[in-house]
Amino acid sequence: MDLGFFLLFAGLAVFSALMVVTQKDVVHSALFLVSTLFWVASLYVLLQAEFLAAVQVLVYAGAIMVLILFTVLLIQMEEVQKTNPWHRQWPLALLLGPFLLLEIVLIVRRGLFPFQLGEFTSDKLAAVGNTEAFGQILFTRYFFPFEVASVLLLAAMIGAIVLAKKELGK
Amino acid sequence: MVPITYYLWLGAILFMIGAVGVLTRRNAIIILMCIELMLNGVNVTLIAFAQRLADLGGQVFAIFVITVAAGEAAVGLAIIISLFRNRSTLNVDEINLLKW
Repeated sequence: MDLGFFLLFAGLAVFSALMVVTQKDVVHSALFLVSTLFWVASLYVLLQAEFLAAVQVLVYAGAIMVLILFTVLLIQMEEVQKTNPWHRQWPLALLLGPFLLLEIVLIVRRGLFPFQLGEFTSDKLAAVGNTEAFGQILFTRYFFPFEVASVLLLAAMIGAIVLAKKELGK
Repeated sequence: MVPITYYLWLGAILFMIGAVGVLTRRNAIIILMCIELMLNGVNVTLIAFAQRLADLGGQVFAIFVITVAAGEAAVGLAIIISLFRNRSTLNVDEINLLKW
């Protein structure tokens, strides 16, 4: 049952990811990226990460994709669409991609994963609830990185405004 | 129960598709979208390990990855807009001022 759902979601995610790379039109690529993000979010549900699935849909498929589509609207793409979408080094890249995959697969096949389990087994997660357990660990053990992430978002916001605004007084 | 290696392979495949997209496409916006694909492949790996090792640290890392991706998208798109304003192109072959 689980395996069937995994294969369905994974197959659709990989298909959409391939379409993101191969579509000529930027808007089509963006919409296929939304579909990829949705299928990956459903994989998170299979992995008992319901909170992260919701965050993925809200932040990625909601905020980031709207940002990308707005940028596509702001920029006149006619000139971009006419040129050849592929870089001239594409055969080399296509050759190197499977090599990268092969390396990762070899490492995964040889890897020995530690089997010292942590405290959040799936039974306990089901009893406590994923979001509650996640919040408890985020606001205790990972509190300092959480604060740093908020500073990072502030810096990104200021940087985006400064970069994208028009020069004043010109 | 799906074996963890399936998830690791899926993460690797998504990462590879994103990497090939970054290397083969000429449009800067599509390159940015392919980087988001690569980050998603990494997130799949992190969350698979979090579930299998019964440790929520992996999920916390995944949420930090999503945070960094949001910041990266905002700054990257701002750079693309100001680049288009100055050079009126998004073709990365023509944006070669820093190329040797």
